[in-house]
Amino acid sequence: MNQWKNFSKGFLKENPVFVLLLGMCPTLGVTSSAINGLGMGLATTFVLLMSNIVVSLVKSAIPEKVRIPAFIVIIATFVTIVQLTMQAFVPALYKSLGLFIPLIVVNCIVLGRAEAFASKNNVGSSAIDGLGIGLGFTFALVLLGGIREILGSGKIFNITIYPENYVTLVFVLAPGAFIVLGYLIALINRMKKN
Amino acid sequence: MAKRESSFTNMVVTLVLVTGIAAAALGFVYDFTKGPIEVAKLKAQTEAIKTVLPEFDELGESMVLSPGEGQDSLEFFPAYKNGELVGTAIKTYTKSGFSGFISIMAGIDKDGNFSGYSVLEHAETPGLGSKMDVWFSNPEKPNQYVIGKNPETTKFSVSKDGGDIDAITASTISSRAFLDALNRAYSTYKDNKTTGDSGQ
Repeated sequence: MNQWKNFSKGFLKENPVFVLLLGMCPTLGVTSSAINGLGMGLATTFVLLMSNIVVSLVKSAIPEKVRIPAFIVIIATFVTIVQLTMQAFVPALYKSLGLFIPLIVVNCIVLGRAEAFASKNNVGSSAIDGLGIGLGFTFALVLLGGIREILGSGKIFNITIYPENYVTLVFVLAPGAFIVLGYLIALINRMKKN
Repeated sequence: MAKRESSFTNMVVTLVLVTGIAAAALGFVYDFTKGPIEVAKLKAQTEAIKTVLPEFDELGESMVLSPGEGQDSLEFFPAYKNGELVGTAIKTYTKSGFSGFISIMAGIDKDGNFSGYSVLEHAETPGLGSKMDVWFSNPEKPNQYVIGKNPETTKFSVSKDGGDIDAITASTISSRAFLDALNRAYSTYKDNKTTGDSGQ
């Protein structure tokens, strides 16, 4: 497969949030602001990249029947590494994402890519796939978080755009996440049709 | 290379190896980040103490005091200037936030008035309950301002419950939780003051 295609498919064609509809829990949970979406997306990208590389390296040494537990242990290890590193070096971001970082372990995107791609392809393609899907996920979270932040608190990346008196509060609450996500998916389906 | 066969020995050996390597990697990272995590936590704590108390030059030994039977204890940090007690920072908490646990550093000056607070940890809704870090410290709105007030003379509950503090708009639960944390700090402070073992 063409490596550029392999990388870029994560943004639109196989975007984990808008097209594959995977990893909805962190998607709906953390996107109350653009910066949270960015942090969560990048953390997931790192885990995806590393787990894809390791899984494709060890794929032939792992017996078929225990591959899922083995993959989960690999993924969980990287998640814990991310968590400890964030806690040590970016405590402010860790404070706002803290709860969602351990949840990357059960994010179906990560296991999904390990199972569907990395366990069947070589290291290079797997790394590119992980990076592409991860950045596509980040892009989706930032887009979703940005829209919700603008509509719900009148800010973007904590910079005030318009006064708080005019905000539509529902967008930073849980129902707002569903509404924005629904419209974005509709829009992307429409774009893909043409 | 062909896939290894799923025989019992193969499976056990593989899983033991995978988990063993994972454990070793985690042990290494844990060891490496332990120091910086402690430093970051301590720094956040010291900074919070500085913002909630009047100026001080020396922090006394911290004390752990219980707010009552069956409740988690609070941490007290007495602060001194030129050897004189200027106030106590209290790391207090509440479990009744809209999203559960909230941890707050509250400062009480030597006269028993609140001198400031800093929200250390919370999971309240952004744009609603999360506003507690500025709402109660806005000097332009005396009805929601808690600083300089004393729970002996001001009723520390939201106005909806008959108290003297205005709740955050649309976040009464978060506001109740916030005041619950402050009340817990104050009552523990008072209990230990009257029994005479506060201070040095």
